Amino acid sequence: MAAADTAGTSFSDAVSGSYDSDAQDLPPGVGPWKLAWRRLRRNKVALFFGFIFVLLVVVCLLAPVYAHDIAHTSPNAEAGLTATVKVGGKVKPVVNSIGIPIGPTWHAKYFFGADINGRDTAVRLLYGGRNSLEIGAVATIITMVLATFFGVLAGFYRGWWDAVITRFADVIWAYPAVLLGITLGTVFATGGIGPIHGTFLLAPAIVVGIVYIPYVLKPVRAQVLQLREREFIDAARQQGLSSTQIMFRELLPNISSTIVVFMPLILANAILLEAGLSYLGAGVQPPNPSWGTMIAEGLQPLPAAFSNVLVPGFMLVIAVMSVNIFGDGVRDALDPRAKVRIAR
Amino acid sequence: MIRFIVRRIVAAFFVMIAVTIITFLLLAATGNQAARLAGKNATQQQIHQIAAQYGLDKPIYVQYVKTMKNIFTGKAYSYTQNINVLQEVKHDYPATLSLAFGAGIIWLGLSVLFGTLAAVYAGRTTDRVLTILSMAGVSFPPFFLGAIFLYFLGYKLGWFPLGGYVGLSDPWQWFKHLVLPWITLSILFIGFYSRVLRSTILDNTNEDYVRTAHAKGLTDGQVLRRHTLRNSMIPIISLWGLDMGQLLGGAAILTDSVFNLQGVGQLAATAIANLDVITIMVIVILTAFAVVLLSAIVDILYAVLDPRIRLA
Repeated sequence: MAAADTAGTSFSDAVSGSYDSDAQDLPPGVGPWKLAWRRLRRNKVALFFGFIFVLLVVVCLLAPVYAHDIAHTSPNAEAGLTATVKVGGKVKPVVNSIGIPIGPTWHAKYFFGADINGRDTAVRLLYGGRNSLEIGAVATIITMVLATFFGVLAGFYRGWWDAVITRFADVIWAYPAVLLGITLGTVFATGGIGPIHGTFLLAPAIVVGIVYIPYVLKPVRAQVLQLREREFIDAARQQGLSSTQIMFRELLPNISSTIVVFMPLILANAILLEAGLSYLGAGVQPPNPSWGTMIAEGLQPLPAAFSNVLVPGFMLVIAVMSVNIFGDGVRDALDPRAKVRIAR
Repeated sequence: MIRFIVRRIVAAFFVMIAVTIITFLLLAATGNQAARLAGKNATQQQIHQIAAQYGLDKPIYVQYVKTMKNIFTGKAYSYTQNINVLQEVKHDYPATLSLAFGAGIIWLGLSVLFGTLAAVYAGRTTDRVLTILSMAGVSFPPFFLGAIFLYFLGYKLGWFPLGGYVGLSDPWQWFKHLVLPWITLSILFIGFYSRVLRSTILDNTNEDYVRTAHAKGLTDGQVLRRHTLRNSMIPIISLWGLDMGQLLGGAAILTDSVFNLQGVGQLAATAIANLDVITIMVIVILTAFAVVLLSAIVDILYAVLDPRIRLA
């Protein structure tokens, strides 16, 4: 839960911490982060979508509250065949005699209707969102940490380190994302590798996290290769800093903007890939909900209740799109050649 | 030049070997295959029997060599279905090919159009609208978009068939069955490609050769068509090559299965549902090979076209 929070907001946290609102007469040497934050603040569209995403995260984190205090049910509780619900004074079956579930009631119970098993769609939507966002966030952290670590190592030491790490990245790169995800997901779902097993909710996060490593590792490595030839690294070495100190104190701060730019991009793709895997049955395992599994379940009887496909689908699209647009704003803000501006 | 090509091919070859080994280790060496094939209530003896039948009791490297030999000589049989996997792939290939090429043409054409428009009108309303649209495009998972199309245009309005694939022997039906899958698959790529093209064009506008072209007295349109666009197309074409490689290997799993096209992607999806490891292995290796080969070809073509790359 806390993890889902960090990925979406860490950027604004990191930046707002350094931002000083009453410093109108800033000295000429304004830090790059401060400059980026000023540019981002002007980009109202990006801020709006960033806000939407934070809102979504908060709402999904409140899933237990909604389930317990408003809908009075739990995400996997199935209503019996004879269960009924009162809508506008009329009593209706939750799932009727030919198996078609009730549509949106717009009331506390079955706000978005029920699925074919008589489970409350709105409750599952929030719990599913929690799973999807949590998996996306954990996957992003896995990707960013491993890719940065190995990318810096490969770029800094070159030689054997570089050869081995780059080959590994090439092999992962050779698999299309969905196919590699499926392969790993199937492995987890069937036998598992060591202690990690498919029923373990965060297994898809590990899968997705591994898949995207090369997409970040390659640019990080390329940047480190350039940076290590610069004078400030020579200077650091002359001062007697060890390789580890150079990597963490000198190189890492210099590639941090690349890492920040990639974070929303990877988060958006991680959420999408998790949905795809869950849709195919290689991600979150039923009865646990995620937006991907809910779409797959909603499609089972296609004409029955299409709202069960539309509701999780649009939540997914809104989440991914808001991360994408916010991330685009972050990139524009951090990019020194901020592209939109040259037209004016 | 020759040295560069040889080096690139050798590297591609090693990556392919690594791909087969890793795929095999992941899929064949994890979990107890024989116990799973024997079913839930099998006795210890039955499990041993099945292990012996499929050679699962042999050391892992023997299994690897045998499996690869079977795959590359076209004798790979699925454990669960007892059908020849390569025959199956061959049978499903026309659908995959039709989907990939049709979508490829649509997304290349439209992304060049949208990307150029967004770059020409950078910062203005056209650009803003196209940016939001492309952001929406890359955010729609294909299985969701496909389901929406099928439900509203297929089921509600009845304009299109409800999925399935019809061979080219009936061109009109072939076309009707593929229109929605083509659009669904293209939308994903159009968003991404047009963004890439837009920023490449904008990067190029500040280059010296563009200023020279303007100084020669060419109109904006001429500079764009003859100079900027041509140079900006290079990354787009190489991206296109790589993505086509993936799709031709059956990577359009989601589009394929939501439209029930019975292509290689759907074969993979079904194999996952049945935990049919041999079929998954064949498709994964096939796709990875296609990607490795095409990226080697793209690199070599780059080096042929642009001598600066060889030196790097």
